[in-house]
Amino acid sequence: MAAGGVLGVFAHVDTTVRAIRDLRAQGFTDFTVYSPVPVEEIEAVLEENRPVSPVRLFTLIGGLTGIITGFGLTIWSALKWGLVTGGKPVVSIPPFVIIAFELGILLGGLSTLLAILVLGKLPALRRSPTYDPRFTVDRFGIAVTCGPERAPAAGRCLSQAGAEEVRQ
Amino acid sequence: MTDSAGRQPTYADVNRDVIRTLEPPSPAYFGWMAVVALILTAGILAWTWQIYAGMGAAGKRTPQMWAMYITTFVFWIGIGHAGTLISAILYLFRARWRTSIYRGAEAMTVFAVLTAGLFPLIHAGRMWFAYWLLPYPNQRYLWPNFRSPLVWDVFAISTYLTISVVFFCVGLLPDIAAIRDASTGWRKKIYGMLSLGWEGTDRQWRHYRRAYGLFAALATPLVLSVHSVVSWDFAMALVPGWHSTLFAPFFVDGAIFSGFAMVLVLIIPMRHFWNLYAYITDKHLDAMGKLILVTSLVLSYFYLCEAFTAWYSGDHFERASLFWKATKSYAWAFWLQYFCNSLVPLVLFWRRARTHTPTLYVVSILVLIGMWFERFNIIVPGLGHDFYPYTWGIYWPTLTDTMIVIGSFAWFFILFLGFIKVMPSVSIVEVKETLPHPVKEAHH
Repeated sequence: MAAGGVLGVFAHVDTTVRAIRDLRAQGFTDFTVYSPVPVEEIEAVLEENRPVSPVRLFTLIGGLTGIITGFGLTIWSALKWGLVTGGKPVVSIPPFVIIAFELGILLGGLSTLLAILVLGKLPALRRSPTYDPRFTVDRFGIAVTCGPERAPAAGRCLSQAGAEEVRQ
Repeated sequence: MTDSAGRQPTYADVNRDVIRTLEPPSPAYFGWMAVVALILTAGILAWTWQIYAGMGAAGKRTPQMWAMYITTFVFWIGIGHAGTLISAILYLFRARWRTSIYRGAEAMTVFAVLTAGLFPLIHAGRMWFAYWLLPYPNQRYLWPNFRSPLVWDVFAISTYLTISVVFFCVGLLPDIAAIRDASTGWRKKIYGMLSLGWEGTDRQWRHYRRAYGLFAALATPLVLSVHSVVSWDFAMALVPGWHSTLFAPFFVDGAIFSGFAMVLVLIIPMRHFWNLYAYITDKHLDAMGKLILVTSLVLSYFYLCEAFTAWYSGDHFERASLFWKATKSYAWAFWLQYFCNSLVPLVLFWRRARTHTPTLYVVSILVLIGMWFERFNIIVPGLGHDFYPYTWGIYWPTLTDTMIVIGSFAWFFILFLGFIKVMPSVSIVEVKETLPHPVKEAHH
């Protein structure tokens, strides 16, 4: 493990939540929680002092870019290469809405994917030193980053909350 | 969710049971693969022959220029819809029963769209010029006609394929990480790369969950738009029986109906061979049966509307087209469609039929046959008898296009069979989410 850090492994959701609360109460703010599934209770505790994930901003910008591209491409190319049929307007908006809609969804979706990668720091080439393969099965983990002088306090906090294993 | 002993699986059980499906396959699996590969080879040979000999080899002659290729194209696009419905729409509705079947359904969507996408290429003849459909800068300043439904199709289907693939891969990410952690050697390396180093940290889950909801929100209008756009390939034309505002909802409903039937065709054997009874229970089959029944009833309503508006319009050509479909050369296909899509699913009114796997299986296969013929009945008899007698004409399949159509089924099944042995076909994470979380204090 990197200089100054404690990992607590938990078997239960409630003990994990208790540990997060206790750590916060003792002034620890820099920790990572590992879980095999997203858990509402854990998220609720963590979300208390965190802004909402900015993924939606990526989606919005991507979607709007797609819509603008769709209208831009169709209108510009219709003016560039005029196909006058049946006395209909060259720039006919209703059919262009379809292209704009599809491109809006396409770029909105692709930028959402980008958001997962950028915000989740993926792809990660190496596992972090606190990672344990049990975290994809049935164990929860809390990795506290702190200086060596505070490590014993963090370790105590984790075991008191109910960690089945605490590693320095 | 309970196993045969009535015990609820734990988190570790889910990992074990799903990863068990990736064990080296039995000789029977390779046998099936060989059969499917052989059929696919025949399809590829037929396609090669068509390229060499020309489109006449596929029985294409005026007015029957669409025939089986576009029928099968619409059929496969439709199959894909149930997967997106289960993975996106039921996700937004928080229908928890979807979790154990959605991965298989989503894989089905991706592979069905990949199969469907072949048909415009096959049908175009010189498919090496397919890029002409896309807008790209060229020295003659030519651009596609964005008022043409066929160009809308290009955009709708390529968007659908891209978004389905992204949604599917994002859903797989945490599961691949679970397989990575359970495997060793070169497998661990490959799954490690594919998992992109996923660790399940709070930071990752936080953005992942948000993004997943947004994907579902984007995929929902997309899936409804795709089959609407496909239906406008027909509805925008003046051909009697096609030029109808009813077509978009009619196509979407039919698509979901046939897609659910395909989901059952795929998951019933999966459940049997891998003993996944703890995860795919009779409750799931019952729910799927109900959805098939509802979509069948809606479809029957559309059939009645279609016939009624043809009669009530007073339009001679509309009436003549319907009369010709129902009584002349293709009457057998017309009535087969009603039998399979409107009559057969009525057995699902009985609860026992909805959980009796052989009945469900037979109903599903008949629904698939019926839905293929529904598209056939729109296209072939529709084009066969329009306004002027000099444009009337009959189509009969040739060996070449029949082999290509059968080959497309082989292509779909080879993709699906390959997938279920390298990737988890039941979602590890989502199944765990529906189980009660492990807690220490009983009062929790």
